[in-house]
Amino acid sequence: MAAGYALGQNSALARVMPPGCNRGGEAREYQGSRKRLSAREDHLKELLIRGLAGEGPAYAAFLKELSAFLRAFLRGRLARVPDEVEDLVQETLLAVHNQRHTYDPARPLTAWVHAIARYKMIDFLRLRSGREAMNEPLGDEDELLAATDEEAREARRDIAALLERLPDRHRLPIVHVKIEGLSVAEAAKLTGMSESAVKVGIHRGLKTLAAFIRETEWKPTS
Amino acid sequence: METDKLIAMLAREAEPVAPGRVRQRYGAALALGVAGASVLMVAFLGVRRDLAEAARESMFWVKLALPLALLAVSIVSAVRLARPGVRLGYAVEAAMVPVGAIWTLAGAVLLAAGPGERLPLLLGVTWMSCPFSIALLSSPAFVAAFWAMRGMAPTRPVVAGAFSGLLAGSLGAAVYCLHCPEMAAPFLGTWYLLGIALPTLAGAAAGPRLLRW
Repeated sequence: MAAGYALGQNSALARVMPPGCNRGGEAREYQGSRKRLSAREDHLKELLIRGLAGEGPAYAAFLKELSAFLRAFLRGRLARVPDEVEDLVQETLLAVHNQRHTYDPARPLTAWVHAIARYKMIDFLRLRSGREAMNEPLGDEDELLAATDEEAREARRDIAALLERLPDRHRLPIVHVKIEGLSVAEAAKLTGMSESAVKVGIHRGLKTLAAFIRETEWKPTS
Repeated sequence: METDKLIAMLAREAEPVAPGRVRQRYGAALALGVAGASVLMVAFLGVRRDLAEAARESMFWVKLALPLALLAVSIVSAVRLARPGVRLGYAVEAAMVPVGAIWTLAGAVLLAAGPGERLPLLLGVTWMSCPFSIALLSSPAFVAAFWAMRGMAPTRPVVAGAFSGLLAGSLGAAVYCLHCPEMAAPFLGTWYLLGIALPTLAGAAAGPRLLRW
């Protein structure tokens, strides 16, 4: 009774309470989890904003932490096809990277990432099993940062193999700069391309890679 | 490739992203659309000779305001649809405001007119060509709006396609105002809107095919 009364006094807390949750302990727990989610949002957002400004390590940390959230989120939603979770994690990470210019720092990061993950997941479900799969619960934004899963299974699709299919003007810049770790200037000298052609090649190549993934998507591999 | 390797690959030498890329791209698309529509208008239709006189009539500005209002709604909506997780808000309702206004005006004009004047007010002299001319003038903006949207991340391809088409159609109609001699509200409320609807429907149909990412 006392807890219920105290709760009634605290309208801010009452507002964030889900319906049917009226015990003090649960309320505190719920409030605690809201705080944790908002701390995670702030932390990830800071990493992304620094990454967008050109800080490589912050951007790598962002993608690394995000991948753990995505994995837990997708694993929970795709319990029936656990083998394909890692593929979808990778595809979503590539999408986040390729479309990172569409993030507006004035808006919540969670909503942006959730919309991308959801879009990729719906695409996957639609291609995989048609209409029946559309009934899978997609979850809401809050669930995205609720849990982490650091344990990556092996991806079934090999992005390295898809990279090989890119035309040289895209493939060579990606291999030299993004995989071997040369600078843009070194890669330009090595390939005889201009520096801006190397940069464009990387940018376009990663977009083409995403298109290849869509094309080859979810064809049953024997 | 393992996920950790993919992450290392994506993060290495990642280009900084300047804020405002979305706006820049839409700015470029609008400029291309206006330039393309103007060239087509001058080449195939010509500027109306009495433009300076017409500009003194308030109806000329009402006529121009209709597509410009739709253009404003479609730009705001397209930029929202371009970003994942941003709600569209009241875009459809907002687009209905100028449409409702011109229909109200058209209704008032038709009511005030005598029975024999009503059909000419509705058909003018160019009703057969008007929607197609607007669709023609909107074609460069249609390509430009889809180019802009393809560089973004729309999660609702039908709606994003429709608003890209509305952007093109209303831009085409605004430029067409500089050629078109019609000044009656019933004409505008019918044939102008039909001309704007054509690219809008084409955009909705093309969205799922062209806007995947």
